[in-house]
Amino acid sequence: MQVPYVVDERPDTGLINSKLGIWIFLASEVMLFGGLFSAYVFLRMAAPEGDFAYWGSKLSIPMATVNTLVLITSSVTVVLSWASLKLKDFEKYKLYMGLTLLCASIFLVIKYFEYTGKFHHGVYPSSSTFMGIYFTLTGLHGLHIIGGIIVMGYMWLPIGSKLWETDPEHFTNRVENAGLYWHFVDLVWIFLFPVLYLL
Amino acid sequence: MSYDSHHKKENFIQKYIFSVDHKIIGLQYGITSLLFLLFGFSLMLIMRWQLAYPETPVPLIGSLLGETGILLPEIYNSLGAMHGTIMIFLGVVPLAVGAFGNYIVPLQIGAPDMAFPKLNAASYWSFFVGGVIMIASFFTPEGTARSGWTSYPPLSIFESGQTMWLLGMVFLITSSLLGSINFIVTIVQLRAPGLSWFRLPFFVWAQFVTSFLLVLAFPPLEAAAVLQLMDRVAGTSFFLPSGLVYAGSVVDVSGSGSPLLWQHLFWFLAHPEVYVLILPAMGIVGEILANNTRKPLWGYKSLVYATVFLGFMSFIVWAHHMFLTGMGTTMSAFFQTTTMIISIPSVVILTSFFISLWGGSIRFNTPMLFALAFLPMFGIGGLTGLPLGFAASDIHLHDTYYVIGHFHYVVAPGTIFGLFAGIYYWFPKVTGRKMSEALGKLHFWPSLVFMNGIFMPMFIQGLAGVSRRLWDGGQLYAHAQGVLQWNEFMSISAFCLAAAQIPFILNVLMSLFNGQKVDRNPWGATTVEWSAPSPPLPHVNFEEPLEIYRGPYEYSVPGANKDFSSQTVK
Amino acid sequence: MSGHGTESIQEHIKVYLTVFGALAVLTILTVTASYLDVSSSEAIFLALTIATIKASLVAGYFMHLITEKQTIVWILILTFFFFLVLMFFPLITVTDQTGV
Repeated sequence: MQVPYVVDERPDTGLINSKLGIWIFLASEVMLFGGLFSAYVFLRMAAPEGDFAYWGSKLSIPMATVNTLVLITSSVTVVLSWASLKLKDFEKYKLYMGLTLLCASIFLVIKYFEYTGKFHHGVYPSSSTFMGIYFTLTGLHGLHIIGGIIVMGYMWLPIGSKLWETDPEHFTNRVENAGLYWHFVDLVWIFLFPVLYLL
Repeated sequence: MSYDSHHKKENFIQKYIFSVDHKIIGLQYGITSLLFLLFGFSLMLIMRWQLAYPETPVPLIGSLLGETGILLPEIYNSLGAMHGTIMIFLGVVPLAVGAFGNYIVPLQIGAPDMAFPKLNAASYWSFFVGGVIMIASFFTPEGTARSGWTSYPPLSIFESGQTMWLLGMVFLITSSLLGSINFIVTIVQLRAPGLSWFRLPFFVWAQFVTSFLLVLAFPPLEAAAVLQLMDRVAGTSFFLPSGLVYAGSVVDVSGSGSPLLWQHLFWFLAHPEVYVLILPAMGIVGEILANNTRKPLWGYKSLVYATVFLGFMSFIVWAHHMFLTGMGTTMSAFFQTTTMIISIPSVVILTSFFISLWGGSIRFNTPMLFALAFLPMFGIGGLTGLPLGFAASDIHLHDTYYVIGHFHYVVAPGTIFGLFAGIYYWFPKVTGRKMSEALGKLHFWPSLVFMNGIFMPMFIQGLAGVSRRLWDGGQLYAHAQGVLQWNEFMSISAFCLAAAQIPFILNVLMSLFNGQKVDRNPWGATTVEWSAPSPPLPHVNFEEPLEIYRGPYEYSVPGANKDFSSQTVK
Repeated sequence: MSGHGTESIQEHIKVYLTVFGALAVLTILTVTASYLDVSSSEAIFLALTIATIKASLVAGYFMHLITEKQTIVWILILTFFFFLVLMFFPLITVTDQTGV
């Protein structure tokens, strides 16, 4: 007997295993970023008055606003890629997933310029606790973006997407789960952006 | 759908090394964690030599410690930090959750495997890598971490060896996170038809709640570990306040960090972690008590609700480890209150177990002896926690030997006895053979006596004010002089406890080859794992699809033709 | 997710695009709001409120939480509770400190 409820939903819970699994994983991620946000709040209280505002003003709001819009776009494209699969339109899926990957890459490129810009001006994580938590929060978020690119890239390239031919429902579920992860990454940024750049 | 194993022929590597079968993975966790337990125990034996016979060369391995063979303070601190780390993260949790959880939970719910078998293998190997990193730190020039398993900054930022500890922890935490996701999904989704929530064995409930604790409480520590790593290697000062003076000069960092931040993030995990340490063992004890009293557990629903409530409360008590950090009265009172409240479900569970014995036809086999001993030992551990949970008395007892006595009672003659009970109980399911009862008793009785010999005097020393983590065991303190003589007594008990484990090791090894062969249900137990062959079939466990007809502890049902009614038999 | 007919997917797509529009507008709003001359606690409240609205839209519609099964919703509520504990309790222990 194989492990059941991989593709078919279990009647009483109405869930497939991977859907429950990915949500529990996301719950743990909420606590991971929660730990860092908690650190941010604590450190802001511990720092001298105005210290965080001073260091925060060194960040580029325009770059981050663009990045916010880029991520929001990638969020809608990834859910549209899943919707395309539900409509059995594989070509549309490839288009939207490709756009998602493009947006994700743009985000990283802008981040790269942000970071190198800081280093160029001699601003490092060690420069202040604000910069420390800024680099750590955005760095960990960036690692999650990279992880998402790897997973979604796998689903976009033939190596992963060939599952569509043999088991389309399983593949669609995988894309949905990847999408859930990706939306979470967007969610984190929705809070990171105002907290780090605007407050 | 054919039920027999139609998997392709696996080579040795697929079958035993990178197996995705939960039973093999469970055994991998079991063997690895037992070896780590032995190693962590040995570290403590070295420490106890020093405490009993200060500045005397350590026998046998003294040459490894330097020219004099005497345990130096830095090495004492290393051993202390690693003893704690190894016992908790490489020993008890992997054994209780990784080994017992992985092997038994799918069987008890009638599933062919865990929900995500490949993820399961990944969890084990992540644990393995974390373990290797931790042990490797012994062989680096910097040496191991030596800032306590609690790794408080500022010390942990400047002390040697901490970087590898942090890296190791990242792998260990990842392992736990992946594993606990697997457990939760498995228990929710893969229960066999008829196995409703309130027909689950208490062991499964215990593992279920444990997994929630792990999945929600570990991530903040992972975040904190990253922050501490950055303080050590990237020059940040998340945990370093301004104006800190170390080794005579002001530390060159941007400052305005907070050591308290580490404590909060650390204990946010570490408090739920102690319930991770105890719950699986309570689950095992529950199974064995029901089986060896030939009676249902008393108050099954209370046990379940108490366990769930305990899990929930465990997230909001952590600052009782921080009563001496200058918190105000409001927050101290809050944490004191939640701590008192959390003792209630523990008492409910223990009371339920005690009442379960009443009127039972008790069989005193080895698993039952360990399970019975768990009850008063956990009782002592729990009761001694109360003065620690009150802020006022904690002022006197914090960071003394009293604390060490308290938590060792819960983990050592508590959890570890529960785990031993589980090994004796489930050995026949894993191997098809029983362990020797004679050697089992030879293991049990001295272990019980010497556990108490080691840890009871710690309350005496703690009440006298002897601080923990002292290399010389309190020699230099006037207030300790009256209780120092207990050091030798405790150390000798420790060496005797070590000797008492030899019958156990021999028993395991010998019984593997020469143990009495038994059928699939030698204990006459009701739960689903006993319906599988011994060992269960690779990858599928059971010979045919299962249906569950009744609750988990239908022993001595009036009118039944046997004194137990299996969950899987109509 | 079985049981989704073609028409209902098309409906969903309309919703996704509407939400996308709303998110873009809210982003501009939050940036504009940050330039307002308000006290710091008002600024925090405003920024977090807008962020929460955006997050709810993403979670509710893109992540389908609005129609998700009870099991998952309850796990998330539990998680969110502990998240709040983690965010606020360490802070309160500091503000409630003796002699500070």
